[in-house]
Amino acid sequence: MAGFILKRMLQAVFVVFAVTLIVSFAIRLSGDPAVILMGGGGNITEQDLQNIRQALGLERPFYVQYLSFLKGILRGDFGKSFMGGTPVSLLIANALPATLLLAFTSLIASIILSVPLGIYAAVHRGRWPDQLIRILSLVGLSFPNFWLAIMLVLLFSIVLGLLPPSGMEGPESFVMPALTMAVILTATNVRLVRTSMLETLSQQYIMVARSKGLRDRVVLYKHALRNSAIPLVTYIGLQFGGLIGGIVIVERVFNWPGMGTLAFDAISNRDYPVLQGTITVLALFIVLINLLVDIAYGLIDPRIRTE
Amino acid sequence: MSDTPNRQSEALLSVRSLSVEFGTGNGPFKAVKDVSFDVQPGKTLAVVGESGSGKSVTSLAIMRLTDYTGGRITSGQVLFRPDGAEAIDLVRASDTKLREIRGNDIAMIFQEPMTSLNPVFTIGNQISETLILHQGLNGREARLRARDLLQKVRLPDADRLLDRYPHQLSGGMRQRVMIAMALACNPRLLIADEPTTALDVTIQAQILNIIRDLQQEMGTAVIFITHDMGVVAEMADDVVVMWKGEKVEQAPVRDIFAAPQHPYTRALLSAVPRLGSLTGQPLPKRTPVMVMDGDVAKPVGGTHEQNTADYTKPVLQVEKLTTRFDVGKTFFGRVTHRVHAVEEVSFDIYPGETLALVGESGSGKSTIGRTLQQLVEPTGGTVRFDGRDMGAMSQAERRRLRQEIQYIFQDPFASLDPRHTVGYSIAEPIIVHGLIKDSKARERRVHELLDQVGLQPQHAKRYPHEFSGGQRQRICIARALASDPKLVIADESVSALDVSIQAQIVNLLMELQERRRLSYLFITHDMAVVEKISHRVAVMYLGQIVELGPRQAIFENPQHSYTRKLLAAVPIADPQRERAKVRIEGEIPSPVRPVGQEPAIHRMREVEPGHWVAIEADTLRGAA
Repeated sequence: MAGFILKRMLQAVFVVFAVTLIVSFAIRLSGDPAVILMGGGGNITEQDLQNIRQALGLERPFYVQYLSFLKGILRGDFGKSFMGGTPVSLLIANALPATLLLAFTSLIASIILSVPLGIYAAVHRGRWPDQLIRILSLVGLSFPNFWLAIMLVLLFSIVLGLLPPSGMEGPESFVMPALTMAVILTATNVRLVRTSMLETLSQQYIMVARSKGLRDRVVLYKHALRNSAIPLVTYIGLQFGGLIGGIVIVERVFNWPGMGTLAFDAISNRDYPVLQGTITVLALFIVLINLLVDIAYGLIDPRIRTE
Repeated sequence: MSDTPNRQSEALLSVRSLSVEFGTGNGPFKAVKDVSFDVQPGKTLAVVGESGSGKSVTSLAIMRLTDYTGGRITSGQVLFRPDGAEAIDLVRASDTKLREIRGNDIAMIFQEPMTSLNPVFTIGNQISETLILHQGLNGREARLRARDLLQKVRLPDADRLLDRYPHQLSGGMRQRVMIAMALACNPRLLIADEPTTALDVTIQAQILNIIRDLQQEMGTAVIFITHDMGVVAEMADDVVVMWKGEKVEQAPVRDIFAAPQHPYTRALLSAVPRLGSLTGQPLPKRTPVMVMDGDVAKPVGGTHEQNTADYTKPVLQVEKLTTRFDVGKTFFGRVTHRVHAVEEVSFDIYPGETLALVGESGSGKSTIGRTLQQLVEPTGGTVRFDGRDMGAMSQAERRRLRQEIQYIFQDPFASLDPRHTVGYSIAEPIIVHGLIKDSKARERRVHELLDQVGLQPQHAKRYPHEFSGGQRQRICIARALASDPKLVIADESVSALDVSIQAQIVNLLMELQERRRLSYLFITHDMAVVEKISHRVAVMYLGQIVELGPRQAIFENPQHSYTRKLLAAVPIADPQRERAKVRIEGEIPSPVRPVGQEPAIHRMREVEPGHWVAIEADTLRGAA
């Protein structure tokens, strides 16, 4: 198990390294920050642009820029934003908690909803509660998240006036962004829990547990759930990546002061340091979560732990 | 319902006119029809029947576990009377009452020990669970009691076992844990559903002994569900025979074997392979099989000596064949352990001959089959087919060899592609090897093959799910014959079949051998089938052959202690016979060894012409 974790950690370092390389390279294909900085003002000479590039260090060859970015990371320094010169680490420190809070709220909400619903559907396989849960999850899957977000704003903020339409002020402002994310996560997770549970429930050790006289609740939540959890945990690890992607859009709609908004603005402004910094930190989190998933396998399944 | 509870006052369990139904796509299916029987305290009732006879459903229905498999008890009673108390009808009992009885008064052991235990909880946890639930013990008391139970089922090192997980135990050990778990609360009734079917014979003998001893010690009544008449003869006091969901006969065990009344029981008994049935006869023999035709049993086939082997020149020569697999690697990918599946095994097979390769799990018998079929690369040794060395063959020659050596697998359900017609599956080897180019001629060939294995030409257009297990195995045989092979490797090909089907397939294989001069490598663990089909026998233990010789010599004059143990472990389908005195102990050792620790290769000596036996001192050294 220790060797397995060590192997995964080495892989993780490599993955983060590869992500930084791709991001730094790709963003430099997207356009010239100097032009954006000049804001399309009347009479810009090529010399002005050249001066700006010089000031930002963009005239150096790509590998030099990339190496200095890497060196910075090792010192915890992501450079300064092209827009206003704020240190990127400060920007990230402000935005990251908002995003993580939103991501984990949605994830936890979806787990709390999808596990009992999925189990209930599996136990009532083919009967109406199962059909209803499956139809609802299909409906949930069919909503594009931005559309759902706008509909929620229309209903709860504009028509009913119950919730703030945007920003992050107090717990009530969490409700709509988290709900938007959670609906889609729950819709997929319910199906996964159901399928995985059906597979487990057909195993002989479940019949053995029943033949011992255990209560249904003990059979389902002790004997079956832990065996069903492996595919679920794997999927949640993978889902985290998609979740971060989805959050960029949801943050945009709700004007949420998180990493998504930060990255989105950085792309529009060709703000290389900010974009490199946000993507690297997000990649680090995704990799970290997947590492935790690998460790979780061992905790859930002794066959992996004792290998 | 004329029966009142008082009338069977001494019975522990009375099943009265029980019917169970399952909902299917085409309406309800009656799995159990109007079945009644009694179980007396402390006695063993065997329920026998083939797959689909309803015996397993009956066993689940007693504790109403059918509720969880979509089954519905449509009528009848299951009257349970623990310790002379008032009878409880389990069919009408509340869920709470049922939970009190399950695992406490009535316990159950299932067929598959590999999947009966929950993989994520320790052995100790799973045994304690029942004790905490039903006996109100606390965790520590339950653990102590669990340890005692493990000792009772003769598991060594019970203390350490409590903290181990199921995957760290062998199948035989898991089944003993399952028995310990079932007996935890001293149940009045134990239901055992094919508890030894998935186990090796020597392990089966141990498990049957444990069940019998504990039953005597604790006075538990047992319902023993099985398809194996040998196990019935050894275990049962009374027998219920089930057929197509109905009870067709019930009698004390001696009467069932001595004077079966119902035609189905007679057919069943006639099909059971009996160890020792060919004593004194040098050649294997086809004998008629009783097959049910509607409600009557009709004999199929005749008696025929299988004098087909031609001992002038071998078709296959295997010399010092060694196959090892790497397992267990260090962090840097260095191999730490190897499975020594096959170690320097040598044997020949002659045209028209059946060589049986017998042994238990881990003996390496299947690896030999796979190596010959080129599914596994050998580590060393030579294999000659028709005098040509397989190792020196070109790619094209090796492909041609695949056409001459064919394989029939164990599971006829898994070895046919469900998305192709059986005609296509049978024609595939012909197409792959480019044997018949013309599609009309190919179709004729497929029809001919179907006819040879006892099926209809029009079956070619159907799909595998439309056939029964026995018919599918016939299709697999037709496919194996399609490329006109000289050697057919049959790996446990009849083990999963019901006995009457098994007897017919064995006859079919023998008939085809005579007609086409086929050679068979018959890989199996079933000694009774071996006696019927084979000309010569090789007994394998831990990757090496310990005894090799003519069938008669092996069965009537076994020399090696392992061969004797194997023969003694086979349950004999004759309740009059004295039970084997040999106590079989111990697990089969593992063929996995650390790198650098090579097993000793034992020498063989010839005890009579053609009968070779490993020198025991060498074997013991090898196993240590």
